[in-house]
Amino acid sequence: MKARCLMVLLVALATGPAGAQSLFIHGARVHTAGSAGTLGNADIVVEDGRIAAVGPGLAAPPGATVVEANGRPVTPGFFGGLTQVGLEEVSQEEDTVDSELSFKAPAWQHMWRPEFDVTNAFNARSIVLPVARIEGITWAMLAPEPDDSLVAGQGSAVTLDGRFDAAFDGSRSLFVNWGSAAHGASGGSRAAQTMLFDQAIRESKETGAVGPAALLLPEGRAVLRRYLGGGRVVFFVERAADIRQVVRYAKSHGMKPVIAGGAEAWIVARELAEADVPVILNALEDLPQDFDRLGSRLDNAKLLHEAGVRIAFTWDESHNVRKNRQLAGNAVANGLPWEAGLAAMTASPAAIFGIGADHGRIEEGQSADLVLWSGDPLEVTSIADQVWIAGAPVPMRSRQTALRDKYVERVKAGTAR
Amino acid sequence: MRPLLAAFGTVVITACAAQPPAPSPAATQASPEPAGRAPFSSTYEAPAGPATLIRNATVLTGTGERIEGGDVLLENGVVKALGRALESPAGAVVIDATGRWVTPGLIDVHSHLGVYASPGVNATSDGNEATDPVTANVWAEHSVWPQDPGFETALRGGITSMQVLPGSANLIGGRGVTLKNVPATTYQAMKFPGAPQGLKMACGENPKRVYGDDDKFPSTRMGNVAGYRQAFADAKDYIEEWKEYDAELAKYEKDKEKGDDDATPPKPPKRDLGLETLAEVLRGHILVHNHCYRADEMATMLDIAKEFGYKVTAFHHAVEAYKLADRLAEEGVCAAMWADWWGFKMEAYDGVQENIAIVDHPEKGCAIVHSDSEEGIQRLNQEAAKAIARGRRVGFEIAPEHAIRWLTANPAKALGILDRTGTLEPGKMADVVVWNGTPFSVYAHADQVFIDGVLRFDRSKPAPPRSDFLQ
Repeated sequence: MKARCLMVLLVALATGPAGAQSLFIHGARVHTAGSAGTLGNADIVVEDGRIAAVGPGLAAPPGATVVEANGRPVTPGFFGGLTQVGLEEVSQEEDTVDSELSFKAPAWQHMWRPEFDVTNAFNARSIVLPVARIEGITWAMLAPEPDDSLVAGQGSAVTLDGRFDAAFDGSRSLFVNWGSAAHGASGGSRAAQTMLFDQAIRESKETGAVGPAALLLPEGRAVLRRYLGGGRVVFFVERAADIRQVVRYAKSHGMKPVIAGGAEAWIVARELAEADVPVILNALEDLPQDFDRLGSRLDNAKLLHEAGVRIAFTWDESHNVRKNRQLAGNAVANGLPWEAGLAAMTASPAAIFGIGADHGRIEEGQSADLVLWSGDPLEVTSIADQVWIAGAPVPMRSRQTALRDKYVERVKAGTAR
Repeated sequence: MRPLLAAFGTVVITACAAQPPAPSPAATQASPEPAGRAPFSSTYEAPAGPATLIRNATVLTGTGERIEGGDVLLENGVVKALGRALESPAGAVVIDATGRWVTPGLIDVHSHLGVYASPGVNATSDGNEATDPVTANVWAEHSVWPQDPGFETALRGGITSMQVLPGSANLIGGRGVTLKNVPATTYQAMKFPGAPQGLKMACGENPKRVYGDDDKFPSTRMGNVAGYRQAFADAKDYIEEWKEYDAELAKYEKDKEKGDDDATPPKPPKRDLGLETLAEVLRGHILVHNHCYRADEMATMLDIAKEFGYKVTAFHHAVEAYKLADRLAEEGVCAAMWADWWGFKMEAYDGVQENIAIVDHPEKGCAIVHSDSEEGIQRLNQEAAKAIARGRRVGFEIAPEHAIRWLTANPAKALGILDRTGTLEPGKMADVVVWNGTPFSVYAHADQVFIDGVLRFDRSKPAPPRSDFLQ
């Protein structure tokens, strides 16, 4: 039975037109990440790339590819964090990296380019994509890396299924670096960060010629103006005092802040909850890596969740975004409820980046971004058995699996030398 | 150090089950031999404590065995006995470990704790003497800041010993040191008594980038190789110089004895601290730990070792070790690896998640899970868990009692301390972790960590940080 279903699936992988084929997942433990919670023994019907039905005892549509889950868990596709996936092939080879903008100007000549949008550099055929997606990471947020500016630029959420037009509508966000990490771009003092922002905001409202010491060009003015009208701005900021400052500042200027990093966010958890500001954090961080992060602790996620703050996870290695799942597991091991850990990989980041209506949950009408797991989806010993993005099965191959297959044969023959 | 050796003495008499561990070669100081306590030698002594009996656990001994419902008795700093239904000595602390797992203390063969401490400020960035491609004269221990908060977070992850190495900026970065993960004011009070030092060498991109970017030697891989070879060629000459001197000195003393009043004492060669280090490598007293990613470069390094007559103990990072797993096993070279880190530079481009399981596969394969990271060292058990799962997918069924060796016995072997720790056997140091369940899980926690029989971490009794920095 199982073997036959697998055959059906393989045929579908080889010949099926992406997205068009309907799919029936039978007998799964479905973690919806939505209001239905976890459904013990449920089926999922996928038609035209979207989830048509979820629940127990459903019937397979005629002609659907049938997958027997045999009680294995199914989750929504996981979030890869704030990354440079598709923006860099090899981190240390500069020519393969498109995530940062640097004009190598001295600090006093820094110009802000909020109009810089890394989405335009996204390479859907990057070899990094398959490595991530076969591990259940179906989407990620492209984040520019700031170099010589406080304002790093913009990025969008992208699907990792390999399509060229990968960006999700409505997900575009502005990224800003704050605190000691941006010292170099703010003349050596974080006090200058609000000072410079004040100037940029003033300039954004001007329409005349650009002055000699201006921060913004006309296009930059227009972009910043847009974000001042309720746009989503992700601030990389760690220190509690700075987080507080950023939230107040952003809100008072019409921006919708998201905290990224947030090592000390737990200290101001209540204020974040009240202001409805989400935090995207690294749940493995427990050391005082610098003086902005003296308050790092392993139960940051738990404390934020308890206070009612919406959280998601991020990990700063684009090549290893698959490790984001391990962050979620560790957060759970350190007190975060399991369902909240799952939400922080699925529904919560989707909501934070404005794509929650289509992504992040297993509910009727949502895009069928699904992962069938060999076991507990947050456990490091579990493996994604099959991934679907927009209803299409992902070929479970990457450059890494090709290398693996080549050399496993050699070591089995005793000839790996 | 003394009470520990005394403890070994008792064990030889009382614990007949195990082979009495051979004393390891004392950490040799290069000639000339100083008198009394060697400079920088260990002052670590485990405080006396009560005996501890851990009852009814799943015990992974690190020798490849697994004892269900097993007891482990720790007494006088050593593992006194293992088995079922052991008798509790009077006054022993008894831990009911029903449903829990017990393993040897974890050992990280590649750490920069203390030399690249948290916080990562310029003032404590002491891991790379990146001013010359060959700095065999420097010792990592002289950079170790014992207040690094990373030591105690590593302890929470079950780490009882680690090797702290210089960084990889240089072809030859200097001497590494093996530490017990105990709180101390000085690094001498952390040093693993009698452990040999390591020599950090680095292949590939890092040295050629660090120097090549400044238009200095080396800027190519061929430059790298010339650099290692010249260093060892110089060390051979240095050994010869001292041999000649020793012969002349012996002749002089003989002549004097014979009453030759005209005999003049020979002038000793100038001491060279770097060449002393390399001479100790050639004598086999310092173990070579070679940062090397690519398979072809590992093969080059094996040829260089053969040319000069030293042994590569372990390749570190070894992202392509899977391509020559059989050769590494045949030559008795360990590979210390990550579970999944890759792609950050070209020499890490061919990373696969099965690397550890593949290296482990040949009969004499010596796979080690290492961290090179203050985050990773807290979770070596999770890294191993990932490698087990990946191995299983390609048909290598890896039992927990085998996999635990990647974190215990194999790194102990690579550090030259397997006769003292790394497995749970009578007479060995009582470096022991009690886990809340299987360690090979994201949900695993070390409940208790013992070092030389002393309870150093207890999850049920949260304590404030011990690092002075966090006061």
